[in-house]
Amino acid sequence: MASQQYDAIVIGSGIAGGWAAKELCEKGLKTLLLDRGRNVRHVTDYVNATKHPWEIPHRGMRPLRLSAHYPVLRRAHLLWEGTSDFFVDEGKCPYVEREPFEWVRGYQVGGRSLTWGRQCLRLSDLDFAANLTEGVGTDWPIRYADIAPWYDYVERFAGVSGSTEGLPQLPDGQFLPPMPLNCVEQSVAARVKERFADHRRIIPSRTANLTKALEGRGACQYRDKCWLGCPFGAYFSTQSATLPAAMHTGNLTLRPYSIVREILYDRRTRKATGVAVLDAETRESMEFSARLVFLCASTLNSAWILMRSATDEWPGGLGSSSGELGHNVMDHHFRAGASGRVEGFEDRYVNGRRPTGFYVPRFRNVGDDRRAYLRGFGYQGSASRMDWSRDVAELGIGAPMKAALTEPGEWTIGMTGFGETLPYHDNRAYLDPNRKDEWGLPVLALQCHIRENEIAMRRDMKQDAAEMLEAAGVKDVKPSDGGYTFGQCVHEMGAARMGTAPGNSVLNGNNQVWDAKNVFVTDGACMTSSACVNPSLTYMALTARAVDFAASEMKKGNL
Amino acid sequence: MDRRAALARLMAITGTIALGGELFVTGCRRTDKHVATPFTAGDVAFLDEIGETIMPTTDTPGAKAVGIGAFMTMMVNDCYDDAAHAAFQSGMAEIDATSRSRHGRSFVQCTPAERHEMLSAIDREMSAQEKKRGETPHYFSMMKELTLLGYFSSEIGCTHALRYAETPGSYDGDVPYHKGDRAWFDPTRRVG
Repeated sequence: MASQQYDAIVIGSGIAGGWAAKELCEKGLKTLLLDRGRNVRHVTDYVNATKHPWEIPHRGMRPLRLSAHYPVLRRAHLLWEGTSDFFVDEGKCPYVEREPFEWVRGYQVGGRSLTWGRQCLRLSDLDFAANLTEGVGTDWPIRYADIAPWYDYVERFAGVSGSTEGLPQLPDGQFLPPMPLNCVEQSVAARVKERFADHRRIIPSRTANLTKALEGRGACQYRDKCWLGCPFGAYFSTQSATLPAAMHTGNLTLRPYSIVREILYDRRTRKATGVAVLDAETRESMEFSARLVFLCASTLNSAWILMRSATDEWPGGLGSSSGELGHNVMDHHFRAGASGRVEGFEDRYVNGRRPTGFYVPRFRNVGDDRRAYLRGFGYQGSASRMDWSRDVAELGIGAPMKAALTEPGEWTIGMTGFGETLPYHDNRAYLDPNRKDEWGLPVLALQCHIRENEIAMRRDMKQDAAEMLEAAGVKDVKPSDGGYTFGQCVHEMGAARMGTAPGNSVLNGNNQVWDAKNVFVTDGACMTSSACVNPSLTYMALTARAVDFAASEMKKGNL
Repeated sequence: MDRRAALARLMAITGTIALGGELFVTGCRRTDKHVATPFTAGDVAFLDEIGETIMPTTDTPGAKAVGIGAFMTMMVNDCYDDAAHAAFQSGMAEIDATSRSRHGRSFVQCTPAERHEMLSAIDREMSAQEKKRGETPHYFSMMKELTLLGYFSSEIGCTHALRYAETPGSYDGDVPYHKGDRAWFDPTRRVG
């Protein structure tokens, strides 16, 4: 059994793990970065990134064998021939759905940082105080002032394009110039702003795509093919940003194909001593030791690893003493909104493919607005001219149809809400007693659903969108609710939440496991509430903050 | 297709990743496939003429020039479940039978005008039927959709019939459009 000594071990190399590795290495700590999947080298391994449309065999349609291989990805509407290699091999990595749960996983170096939606939004004190004010879940142990400088810090490095808006519920950040709204979006935005007395606003999406080059990374080329990997490094990913920075220090060791079986725990010192790893390819067992462990394996995987660790001390696993480990799982419920046609811009068009759209910051239960449900939602959307795939029934077949379809069609606009999901203790992940994966690990069972609060909110998500579009003069406005399955938003959060005391949470206000203070969990598992904004930026900020804390505690001899 | 297109737009920017092709497609529902009658070289030639009739050569090349028959058979083989596959093939037989009873010749032996007239009638029948929205799509909607997809996403379709920029380099959300200007091909809407 091989054993090696490091200052710090980071488990998982996605958005949070990449940040942890970078920050630890830059503090001078010899760091081992583990990922359970294969390595994906920046640019070199983006095999479909520069292919032409006609070089992708099925042109975006799904071969049956691909659907059979990726049933969850298919259900989540995310299966695509060009990107399927950036997702987990589902047959090898089962989980149990006690209730329908679309768990979208990216098991490779870089994790889901390769395929994320790149929306970067800050939580505000409206979010951090909500649980306490409303008596929901448990209180966040931090407030906006605690995280604000870390948002600044990570935004500067990641590169976030966006506009300054001065909205208290969606704090501004350190932005690169925004990717502008197109002519139709601007027109609709102006009418919405006027009609709703600025209480509802359409703004450029805040997106981790560079509108100006940063060191070692090129500016966005408006190809809108981010999910294939960017040859210009123009969107934030582990590969484009944090991994090269970590490597540059000379302090990083990256080890792919490393499944962490458990975090090793010493009951005498009440600290972790390292990790036990199974090599996913060779099945070899090995141990690595370190003074610090950063668990960044993604919300459910981090909880899963904790459940398998220190079970002699706590049958429910490391961090389970509060009874909250694996509980309070959240996501954002989405796919309810509206769309319609826009007239009057037949002589306008766009050049280039913007890899993002517009955002509507939360306006429900903000200020004087009071609804029958708690919390709120934001919208993401865009306007564009229809392409050749538009409805052609009346055009028939032949030359006239061909001529018509070679021109752009009508302008349309659509938006879909992203709603906050409350932390319910009974929405949970746990070790399935009956089923093991091919490495002999008990698989995770998931049991989560949205409840009355979210269902009531969805009615507003649909109606408010329609109301805004109609107020802006959009034609044939169609409200819609496309249905939602838990996990589908790929924003799972909360399975090892932060809190104010060991009795109500797994982690303290510095993302430290109450029961093992040299173990830090800084991915989505730590979230005490979900807010309604895309969460990745918050993981980045909390990770950088936790590393800073851990390093200073080490210096003081407390760790 | 309007409903699906509307949903695609609604979902196009979701904060997660892009949609796959299911919105566009009539097949690809089930993930198993047990029975498949192989396509022949004659079928490919037949489908070339179907495609060319739907999307003919004008001032730009037509669907036959992009090998639409081979594309359609590959797609039906790989992406369509048994029911859709069978419906597609019985549709081919039906078109040929119509041709023989009306013109005394196989479809490929008919003149372009005769082919156009026959497929236009089927297209109208399909539109009427699809308004009622049965579970199984009309076979001709598969042929038409595959022709449009195969044509517009081909190199000829992207660069002759439409405009395509692999790396646009910049974004301008407000440029003048003049009637007759070709549309951009957007690879992320449909295609990797």
